[in-house]
Formats: sequence, C-alpha cells, structure tokens
Amino acid sequence: MSDIFYFCRQGVESIMDDEVTKRFSAEELESWNLLTRSNYNFQHISLRLTVLWGLGVVIRYGFLLPLRVTLAFTGVGLLVVLTSIIGFLPNGRMKNFLSEQVHLMCYRICVRALTAIITYHDSENKPKNGGICVANHTSPIDVIILASDGCYAMVGQIHGGLMGVIQKSMVKACPHIWFERSEVKDRHLVAKRLSDHVEDKTKLPILIFPEGTCINNTSVMMFKKGSFEIGSTVYPVAIKYDPRFGDAFWNSSQFGMVNYLLRMMSSWAIVCSVWYLPPMTREEGEDAVQFANRVKAAIARQGGLVDLLWDGGLKRGKVKDTFKEEQQKLYSKMLVGTQEDRSRS
Amino acid sequence: MGSRASTLLREEEIEEIKKETGFSHSQITRLYSRFTSLDKGENGTLGREDFQRIPELAINPLGDRIINAFFPEGEDQVNFRGFMRTLAHFRPIEDNEKNKDHTASEPLNSRSNKLLFAFRLYDLDRDDKISRDELLQVLRMMVGVNISDEQLGSIADRTIQEADQNGDNSISFNEFIKVLEKVDVEQKMSIRFLH
Repeated sequence: MSDIFYFCRQGVESIMDDEVTKRFSAEELESWNLLTRSNYNFQHISLRLTVLWGLGVVIRYGFLLPLRVTLAFTGVGLLVVLTSIIGFLPNGRMKNFLSEQVHLMCYRICVRALTAIITYHDSENKPKNGGICVANHTSPIDVIILASDGCYAMVGQIHGGLMGVIQKSMVKACPHIWFERSEVKDRHLVAKRLSDHVEDKTKLPILIFPEGTCINNTSVMMFKKGSFEIGSTVYPVAIKYDPRFGDAFWNSSQFGMVNYLLRMMSSWAIVCSVWYLPPMTREEGEDAVQFANRVKAAIARQGGLVDLLWDGGLKRGKVKDTFKEEQQKLYSKMLVGTQEDRSRS
Repeated sequence: MGSRASTLLREEEIEEIKKETGFSHSQITRLYSRFTSLDKGENGTLGREDFQRIPELAINPLGDRIINAFFPEGEDQVNFRGFMRTLAHFRPIEDNEKNKDHTASEPLNSRSNKLLFAFRLYDLDRDDKISRDELLQVLRMMVGVNISDEQLGSIADRTIQEADQNGDNSISFNEFIKVLEKVDVEQKMSIRFLH
C-alpha cells in the first residue's frame, strides 16, 4: 500500500523542478548583466542601477546596433554576390581555393557584425575532408561561428526568401547539401546523399547538429542517430557561450529569426569558446545509438554541459509511452517479488 | 547585484501563503517562477495540459492521478494559491513543529494530511473508502500490462484482507492509517528543498 508513496513523491518532485522543460528557455543568470531581457523579475532597485541601465541602452541601440547591422548587410551581400561570380568558373582547384577564401571572408565579416569573440581551442583537431563534424546546437549563429574558422559543407532544408537566395548562391561555389522539404522525411535518401558526399575525399567535411533543435546551452540532449550511421570519422566540436554578455539561445517559439538577430546585435557581445575534440570512429560491436551517446558524452564533458538522455523533440512533442511502460515494468517486477516473499513466509 | 524579486506576487499574498503553507519567502518566490514558467497561456492559472507537458511527470504511471490532486472537485484550472496548498503537503516536517500542540488547525504537512493525500490518490470517487475496484484500478495503473488480471486481483484481495478491520471489504481512512503505522510517512512523502 505504501508503494504509492514512491511514485507520488517522484511526480510532485518533477512538478517542482524537472530536468527537461528548463532547457527550452534561456538560462537564468546569477547576477544581472544590464540587459532587461535576461532579468525576469524586473523591479526598480535603485536609481543608480537604472541610470547605468539607461546608459547601456543608449550605447547598445544607438551606437553598436547600427554599426553591426551595416556590417551584417555587407557580409551577406558580399557572400551572395561573390559566390555567384565564382559559380561561373569551371570546376577545379582554383574554384575551390577562391570559394574557400570567399566563404571565410564573408563569415568573418558576419562574425564582426555580431561582435562575436570566439576562442578556438585545439585547432589541431579541426575536421578534415571526408569527415562529419558534429556540434551541440544553441542557435543558427553556431554555423557562422564554426564556418569562419574552416570550410564546411552545410546540410539543411531549402528555405524560401532571403535564406533561399543565400543557399542557392552558396551551392554554386561549393557543394552543400540542401534538401527539399519533402526529401527530409525520407531518411534513406538523406543518408545516401550524406554518404556519397563523405566518400568523395575532395569534398569538404559536413557540418551537422544531431540534436535537431536549439537547446539553451546548459545541457546536451539526445543525439539523433542518423548522422552516426554513415560510418565515417566523426569530429566532435563543443560550443559554449558565455551568458554574461549576451544570451545566444534561440527560443524559436518565442521569437522569429529577424527579432532574434536584432536581439543578438543589441547585446553587449557574444562570447563563446569552441573546442575541437579529437576525432572518433565507431568501434566494433558498437551500434549507432551507443556511438552517438559516446560522442555526446565527450562534448558535454568538454563544454561543461549536462548530459541528458531526453530527446530535444520534447520541446514541441509529447513523450513516448514506452518510457511509462518501462517504469510500469520495473514496478511490476518489484511487486511480484514482494508478493512471492509474502506468500512464502 | 541580485535583483531577483517577484513583481507579480504581492507581499501580502506571500505572507498569507507563508502562514497557510509554512513555506519560506524564498521558497515561495522560487515556486512562483516555476508556476509562471509552466503557465504557457499566461493567464495566472494552470490547466491539466500544463502539467502534462512535464516529461518526467508524463512517464510517471500515477501522473494523471497526481495531476488530478491539484484540481478541486469539478474544476479545470488551478491558481497559485491552490498550487501551493497542494505542494505544501510535501514540505518536510521540521523538528520544532513536532512538539507543538495542535491548537487551531493542523498544518498542511502533518502526517495525517500526508496520509490523506495518498488516500485520495486511491479513492477515485471520493466516498472516503477504498473499494476493491479502486485499489485494482490504481494497481493496474502502476503495473501496466505486465501482470495478469487474476494475479493482480489476488494481490488486491490480500491487501484488503490485511487492512480491513470492520469487514466491509473496503479500506476506510482509519484502516489506511493503521496499516501504514510503521511506515515512515514523514520521510517518504517529503521533498527536501535544495535552497
């Protein structure tokens, strides 16, 4: 009869605080960094603090923001124009070389546009051709940060609008893997394209975010096994943002892309560290899921993040019933065990 | 320079909740942030879906029963007061409270109130008795499909046999208390706060 207490307490504990839901909203800070957005319970504390905050607003919106927006436009514009021009060149070493230079330059301009101060660690482990680079995902800015230090082939859905234009012009200069929405659902097709790409050793390493969605940079959630089934070398990368200067997490249910970029550009700065971890390959007798978990643990350890087994898809979807069934199975075993003991005694 | 103070919860309300539930000021503000973060509709109340969004609760076999315990009879929304009142059952019993005389009303986290909370999880139709069917239903929730009907039935029968004293084939609240006499309810039904 008292067994109910166990489940009861667990249930109420998870109501009070659970590991998963808090990963989908921005991290709370110990002390305030003068951005209203990171202070949830804004209240008038003192005149001096308000004055400081006001000054901060003036600097950020009046001075930093216009500067950054101009840079951003320049960077993106150059990217589109130059890659289209390069697209006209015949395939060959010259084209690849130029395309790399162009990509690097434009991404570096974009990095300046966000005032991202990046520290790269262990660059000797940088991903090489024919490999797959995996990283934890916090925001679309991750792409810019990684791509300004090396050239990658990107994987993603084809969007419409401005993103679409950028994607189409990028693919003229060097082979990225863009999918139509309908193709994304067909996992085999996706896997085939990815493996074709890695087999061609002249092609750039692929950049993938196996979590599948943006997490708030305090933890690493379940890695989807698709990218780990392909069988080539995996280069893990850990990205950790310093939340004191600006919170990079994109809460896609709260803000749209443009709103998010504006918030990024009006923070103090984006400070982050990138660690290139030594490459890993799938070992004998290890299946894709175990391999994925191994890589995830390495990334979490390096970045100082919590390693969770929960699926990032829980942001939007419900949890599968199989988990509940597992709990039920465990309890049943226990119950039958104690009943047998009782009947024996 | 910590400026984490609650704006939407007034001081008087915090005092009232403190008196009623016994939580400290900081615990109340902490739980209030939790309440607002669960309240996706931002209307000051929680509905059942808000609780079901917590994955760890959704996989708990008794999740639905626990969620039900928050909502008073017939209602679909719970406000912060109600939320705190239910959570107060799980506050650990402090040493200085154990020796107080029970003057006006019993604190929400007393042993018998904790037992009452658990009793209500079993007593689905709220008739103050746990019938064999109600016991079976809750057992079925906890074991899923892993135990056969006959086996579960015999477990239920045996439990009622052990507890039932007046022979009405159901367990009343007093019989429930008697059966759990030796169980350390205070410890099993308390949640220690980490702050």
